[in-house]
Amino acid sequence: MPGLEHYLILSALLFCIGLTGAIIKRNAVVILMCIEIMLAGVNVAMVAFSRFITPLQLGGQLFTIFIIIVAAAEVAIGLAIILALYRKRQTVDTEKTDFLKW
Amino acid sequence: MMSNIPEIVFWLIPGLPLAAFGIVFLGLRVLRLKSGFAALLSVSATAASFGLSLWTGISMLSAPGTSSLDGFNWFSSGNAITVDIGLLINPLTAIMLVVVSTVSLLVQIYSIGYMRGDNALNRYFSFISLFTFAMLFMVMSNNLLVMFMAWELVGLCSYLLIGFWFHRPKAASAAKKAFFVTRIGDFGFLAAILILFSSTGTFSIEGIHQAAASGIVSSAAITWAALGIFFGAMGKSAQFPLHTWLPDAMEGPTPVSALIHAATMVAAGVFLVARMFPLFEYSETALSTVAIVGGITALLAATIALVMWDIKKVLAYSTISQLGYMMLGIGLGGPGVALFHLFTHAFFKALLFMGAGSVNHSTGTLDMRNMGGLARYMPWTCITFVIGALSLSGIWPLAGFFSKEEILAAALEGQPVLFAIALLTVFITAFYMFRAVFTTFGGSYRGRSKPHESSAAMLLPMLVMAVLAVCAGWLNATGAIDSLLDDGTKHAWTTGIFGVFTHSLTWISLLMAAAGIFLAWAIYVKRWFSAERISSRFALPYFFFINKYWFDEIYNIIIGNKLLNKGIFSFFEKLDERVIDGAVNGIARLTSSTGSFVRRAQNGRLQTYLLFFAAGLAILVLMMVIIS
Repeated sequence: MPGLEHYLILSALLFCIGLTGAIIKRNAVVILMCIEIMLAGVNVAMVAFSRFITPLQLGGQLFTIFIIIVAAAEVAIGLAIILALYRKRQTVDTEKTDFLKW
Repeated sequence: MMSNIPEIVFWLIPGLPLAAFGIVFLGLRVLRLKSGFAALLSVSATAASFGLSLWTGISMLSAPGTSSLDGFNWFSSGNAITVDIGLLINPLTAIMLVVVSTVSLLVQIYSIGYMRGDNALNRYFSFISLFTFAMLFMVMSNNLLVMFMAWELVGLCSYLLIGFWFHRPKAASAAKKAFFVTRIGDFGFLAAILILFSSTGTFSIEGIHQAAASGIVSSAAITWAALGIFFGAMGKSAQFPLHTWLPDAMEGPTPVSALIHAATMVAAGVFLVARMFPLFEYSETALSTVAIVGGITALLAATIALVMWDIKKVLAYSTISQLGYMMLGIGLGGPGVALFHLFTHAFFKALLFMGAGSVNHSTGTLDMRNMGGLARYMPWTCITFVIGALSLSGIWPLAGFFSKEEILAAALEGQPVLFAIALLTVFITAFYMFRAVFTTFGGSYRGRSKPHESSAAMLLPMLVMAVLAVCAGWLNATGAIDSLLDDGTKHAWTTGIFGVFTHSLTWISLLMAAAGIFLAWAIYVKRWFSAERISSRFALPYFFFINKYWFDEIYNIIIGNKLLNKGIFSFFEKLDERVIDGAVNGIARLTSSTGSFVRRAQNGRLQTYLLFFAAGLAILVLMMVIIS
C-alpha cells in the first residue's frame, strides 16, 4: 500500500521534469506541455494531501478540479499566443524570440 | 580733550563723502544724473569734510588730546569677540585728516578740468568719493579689524581707478597687478591682526597698545605682529621688494595718481606703522627692519628714476623713493619725523603729478623726449612744477627741506650707512627732478601737437598746492608737529625757519641738493657733458637702472612661472585631473562596467528568467530546510 511519501515523490518528480523541460526546451509548444506536466505534479500532491491528511473533507480535490479548468483555459490562451507569435515571426523557437529586452 | 567739537562732526567727516558716493553711484544708472551735478556733489561733500577736518586739526593744535568714540556695535560672536565701529581721534589722525581732505578736495577740483569730456565722469567721481570716504575712515578707525576693512576698500578704489580706462589692456593689467601685489602685503597685516587678537583678546588699537605696554604680550608675538604690520605697509606703500606695482599704476588718470598713488593711499603704510608705533617701540628687530627696508627702497627707486623717460614714471619712482625715506625716518626717528615728511610730501608730490597731468593734457604725451621748451607755452604749470621740484629736492625754505632735514638728522644719530644712503638719495633726487624739469620745460619744443596752458580749473588747485608746498614745512620749523605727536623721540632740530643754518648738516644737505641740480643743468641745459657718453661710460649701472633691476622679470620667472605656473597651478591642475576627475570618472566607469556585466542577465529570453525563478525557489526551499 503506497503512503503519502510515495505520492509526494511522484509529484516532485513530475514537477521537476516539467520545470526542467520548461527551462531547456526551445519549442514553445513543448514548453506549454511541460507547464502542464508541472500542473499535473501539483495536482497529484493536492489529491494526496487531501486523501491522507483530511480524508473527510474534499477541499484539496475540489482545488484540483479548479486547477484543471484553469489549465485548460491557460492552454487555450497560451496556444493563441503561440499562434500569434508564429504568424508574426514564422517560428516558435524561443531562442529567436528574445525581443523582450530593450 | 577737544570737547568743543560735537561728536557728530567726526562722523560727518567720512560720512559726507560716503553719502556723495551713494548718490553719485546710484546716479550712474538709476537717477541718471548729469555729470556736472555728480562732480559738484562730490566736490561739495569733500569740501565740507575738508572744513570739518580743518576744524579738528586747528582745535587739535590749540588743545592736543585724544578722544575715543565708541560708536556702535558691528557684530559680536560669543562673549569673546565684539567688534565696534568706533573712532579714535588723536593728533596723528588729525594730521592725516587734514592731508587727505586737502589733497582730495584739490584733486577733485583739478579733475573737473582734467577729465572734462570723459564719458564716464559719474563713475569717476563716485569712485573718488568712495576713496575719500575709505581713506578718512581708515585713519579715524579705532579698531584694527574695521581699519583693515577700510584699508581693503582703499585698495579696491585704487584698483578701480587705475583701471578706470579698462578698455586699455595695459590699464586693466596694471590694475590687477596693483591689487595682487598689495594683497600679498595685506596677508601680513591680517596675520598681524590675528596674532595681536590671540595674545591680547581685543581688536581695539588703544587696547592693544595698553596690552603691549603692560607686558602681558610676549616679545616674540610683538615682533612678529610688528613685522606683519610692516609687511602690510610695504605692500601699500610700495616698499622694496613689493614696489613693482606703483610704476604700473601710472596707467590710471593723472589726478588719480596725484591723489592715490602719490599723496594718500601709498602713505597709508607709513600711517599704519605710525599708528601702531607703540608696538614697534618694543621690538628693536622690527624697527631696524623698517629703517633698512626704507633705506634700500629710497636709494633703489631713486636710481631707477634717473633713467626713466616717462614723466609720470619718474614721479612714480620718486614717490617710492620718498616713501622709503619716510620708512627710514619712522625706523630711526619715530612717527613724528615720518609724519612730517608724509605731510609735506603729500603736497609737493601731488603738485608735481598735477603738473605732469597738465603737461600731458597740453602735449598729449608723457614721454619727456617729445616735450621741451614748455616754459614758454605754459608758464604757470612751469612755475608750480619747479616749486614742487625744488621742494622735493629739499631746497630751503620750501616744505621738503624741513622734513627731509629731520630724517637726515635722525639717521645721523649712529646710523652712518643709512645716513650715507639718505644723503646720496638727496643728491640723486635733486638730479632726476631737475633732469625732468630741464627736459620738459627747458630747451625747445620737440613734440608735434601745439602746446597750450591748461584751464583755470586745473591751474587753481595747482597754485594752492604750490603755496602749500612752500609753506607746509614752516609748521614744524618750531616743532609743532613733533610736540603734537609727542612720541618721546623728538629732535632738537626744530630751531625755526632761519635757525636751521646753525647746523652743519643743513649746509651739507643743501650742498648735495644744489650739486644735483647743478649737474642736471650742466648736462641737460649747457650740454657740457653728453648724457649718452655718461651712460655708456657707466654701462653696467645704467644697464641695471634702465631695466629696473629686473624685478618684474625676476618675479615673472621665479614666482609667476616657476612657483605658480609650474608649481602650485600645475599641482592643482594635476590634482584636478587625476584625483577629482579620476574619482568622478572612476565611479562612472565602475557603474557602467557593473551594468554591462549585470545586463547579461537581462537577455530577453523568457526561459532564462524562468531559470532564475527556479534557482530562487530552490534557494528558498534549501533555506527553509536548513532553518527548520
